[in-house]
Amino acid sequence: MSTPVPTGTGVVWLGSPAFPAAARAALANTQLRTNLRHATTTIRDKRLRVTGELDDWEQLRDAGAAIKQRVSRHLADYLRQLEASVTAAGGVVHWARDADEANTIVGDIVAATGAEEVVKVKSMVTQEIDLNAALERRGIRAYETDLAELIVQLADDRPSHILVPAIHRNRSEIRDIFTEQMLHWGRPAPADLTDDPATLAEAARTHLREKFLRARVAVSGANFAIADTGTIGVVESEGNGRMCLTLPQTLITVMGIEKVLPDFADLEVFLQLLPRSSTGERMNPYTSMWTGVTPGDGPQEFHLVLLDNGRTATLADEVGRQALACIRCSACLNVCPVYERTGGHAYGSVYPGPIGAVLTPQLVGVEHAKSLPFASTLCGACYDACPVKINIPEVLTHLRAAVVASERGRTAESLAMRAVAGVLASPGRLRLGEWLLARGGRLLSRRGVIRRLPPPLSAWTRKRDAPAPPNESFRAWWKRTDGGTR
Amino acid sequence: MRVALFITCFNDALYPGTGRSVVTLLRRLGCDVEFPAEQTCCGQMHFNTGYRPDARRLEEHFGKAFAGFDAIVTPSPSCAGMVRENYAEPMPVYELSEFLVDVLGVTDVGAWFPHRVAYHPTCHSLRGLRVGDRPTALLRAVDGLELVELPAADACCGFGGTFATKNVDTSEAMLADKMASVTTTGAEVLCALDNSCLMHIGGGLSRAKAPVRVMHLADILAQTAPAR
Repeated sequence: MSTPVPTGTGVVWLGSPAFPAAARAALANTQLRTNLRHATTTIRDKRLRVTGELDDWEQLRDAGAAIKQRVSRHLADYLRQLEASVTAAGGVVHWARDADEANTIVGDIVAATGAEEVVKVKSMVTQEIDLNAALERRGIRAYETDLAELIVQLADDRPSHILVPAIHRNRSEIRDIFTEQMLHWGRPAPADLTDDPATLAEAARTHLREKFLRARVAVSGANFAIADTGTIGVVESEGNGRMCLTLPQTLITVMGIEKVLPDFADLEVFLQLLPRSSTGERMNPYTSMWTGVTPGDGPQEFHLVLLDNGRTATLADEVGRQALACIRCSACLNVCPVYERTGGHAYGSVYPGPIGAVLTPQLVGVEHAKSLPFASTLCGACYDACPVKINIPEVLTHLRAAVVASERGRTAESLAMRAVAGVLASPGRLRLGEWLLARGGRLLSRRGVIRRLPPPLSAWTRKRDAPAPPNESFRAWWKRTDGGTR
Repeated sequence: MRVALFITCFNDALYPGTGRSVVTLLRRLGCDVEFPAEQTCCGQMHFNTGYRPDARRLEEHFGKAFAGFDAIVTPSPSCAGMVRENYAEPMPVYELSEFLVDVLGVTDVGAWFPHRVAYHPTCHSLRGLRVGDRPTALLRAVDGLELVELPAADACCGFGGTFATKNVDTSEAMLADKMASVTTTGAEVLCALDNSCLMHIGGGLSRAKAPVRVMHLADILAQTAPAR
């Protein structure tokens, strides 16, 4: 192969601090922590109720994982099959190596229609490539039509959750955003807008309605693309997606290449796994599926942009590739004790939470997201919740090794870890190390505890006492007493 | 059956009392336990922090130190999980509660501990080894012990090995929530299977001067009623 495998562009937000520092800032926001806790625990309980009621939930997870494994083994074949099916159904397929290529393709298609604005269905992949900014540079305005994405766009904010991107906002903040910003984007918010959820939804509805009725071009992502039929599927709750998918003349769908599924029948599995795992519903309110172009019905021009942006590089990693099985349900975010406390912005990426911590470094290269694989206690709640059984803790430790390897032993931590490994290499050295630890610990301890450790361990004793090391290690006791018999 | 105690480097250096409790307990149940003196560390910290070559060397050392044993018992689910999940060669390693319930077939170990106890299922025991209700079955059989339910028990305490210092703010936030759960139970003792998590939770409780102490399961099960 002469062409280099492309790494992803976009994905991470430039200038974002490393996770620990970003998390510190987020943790200081008590309102954010209250919002997050309420939202994540509510959705967590709903998910457990609706997954628990299915006798075959575990088999469904196995089936989902197996289908996704098959896709990753034969990805090139299924993509070629998808291209043929979509083309045969009257669609046009485009291939994009990275964000820039995808943005250029979409921009060119919109420009060719003469449109100066597009309406958008909620989509992670267009966030990933920062499509809206790229279109803006060409004089094309993109309107987000998902309610939460609209809130994020109006506030010039960033999404903080895969499914509920405005999870960090409460309704009084949303009222203020609508009141101050809607007039700059179209129909202003009513003068007497309150923070009542139904009133807020109505304000969004009337604001968006004129855009739906005017739009000539829509842009969407895809939850699934079926290789054997060329059918694309989008799963949503509001119906705003369906407006975009049916009213305009031209529809452009951007999808990551990993979203392809072999057969239409595979939807039986994923349309059960996805809603139950993401919103905790048995079935989502709107599932839209279309196959190419249907004369006289819906968009008369359909373009499918297949995006790599680091996915092929991820596929090449035998351990890491399982992250490509992700169906963006966000169950892992909702059960993650780290995400619950820091929120999504701390991850500095379009993809936050546990799946973001394994996906982001692989898409952009670990050297550009070094802190993310360490943003986890390896508690395993994400693996238990994942509907396609991505072993996120396994990928996290795998990526940690890649981060350490990329640093080539030039950090203080690697020197310390090497020294500790040297002590642990033989029982004799360990015995000496324990003896020294006990002597050092005695100097620092008062009444059995150490209240302040020197750097680099001082972080431990900010809010935690450390135990005073005992005078005698277990092995020393065993030797002295012959296993407690003397 | 030749049974070896894998004390773990962490317990060896910081919690030797837990090791003595395991020895006391196993002998009381008629199980003669050996301590292979060559043992050092399973390599978990190096593996989980990204230092694979160092972890690999410790794995090789572990394999030699414990060669020939029928069962390797350890009072640490995270170290047992390291060996079980990440070693190239399978080793017959058992976390203590697994060994007691599955191998020795006992839940009543003849212990006496007249206190209110809450049990925190550590992540590696709950979602890694999946020890299930073995530890609580052992605790319920302890004479005089009152087991109280810990709210949000399955939530991680925030220790996570090097996470506790690398991501100290998040770790402390998780700890604060765990401590709040513990103190609402009114328990005198918080019990768990791993002293590493207990060092973290106990260190927080100690700093906050909370009237709860932490104890490893082995340290409770080793206690017996005073002779009359």
